[in-house]
Amino acid sequence: MKFAIQVNSSPNHCNAGQTAYYFIKAALELGHEIFRVFFYHDGIYHAFKYSTPPDDEQQLTRLWSELAEQYNIDLVVCISAAQRRGLLHSDEASRKGKQDNDLASGFRISGLGQLLEATLVADRFMIFG
Amino acid sequence: MTKRYLFILRKAAHSGIYAQEMLDIILTSAAFDQHVSLLLLDDSVFQLKKHQYPEKYGMKDIAAIFHALELYDINDIYSESESLHERGLNVDDLCLPVQTLLRKDIAEHMQQFDVIYSG
Repeated sequence: MKFAIQVNSSPNHCNAGQTAYYFIKAALELGHEIFRVFFYHDGIYHAFKYSTPPDDEQQLTRLWSELAEQYNIDLVVCISAAQRRGLLHSDEASRKGKQDNDLASGFRISGLGQLLEATLVADRFMIFG
Repeated sequence: MTKRYLFILRKAAHSGIYAQEMLDIILTSAAFDQHVSLLLLDDSVFQLKKHQYPEKYGMKDIAAIFHALELYDINDIYSESESLHERGLNVDDLCLPVQTLLRKDIAEHMQQFDVIYSG
């Protein structure tokens, strides 16, 4: 089965992002395909490179990065939702006359077209949060 | 490739940036030439209420953005009768033509879509 996933809530607001992570991990381990994970609304907070929870808490951003590297999955952050919330890739930051580079490894920034494509290609589309 | 999309809105117009960001997805779907239908449930019926003056408070006029839906050929807008009545509204209070469905018929209505987008 080919899945497209959308994550809408931030890591600290509720557990939806964490549930998405465990769902995706389980699906991959069972041999399913995750076509794309799209981070929208407050879901973009998962992609902040500098989020630094205390050591005894789950490091969800790092877990996403590791998952992307291990399974080569496409983690896409919505550009408009990200810019609204102050998450900028270095390219965009310089275009806007700002200095910033907030995107954690394994994530990339793109537009809503990527979400639409994912919903068209996938057998199942699931929204978390 | 085309699919039939149903966007289910549930929040009022100025629930943070949520309604605006949902509209962005809806307009993107239509720009991709998909079949797009909307269903307004719960407080989302307020999104289409006439006589909103959000600009007084530095906010965008969400209802005005809804008018753009017609330009994108999105004409299938449904609302749940009970959601309207529970809030003292009827279709004449809304700024766009809306078809109503009874709560008991919503589940069956959803069956005809390929992608159900809960918002």
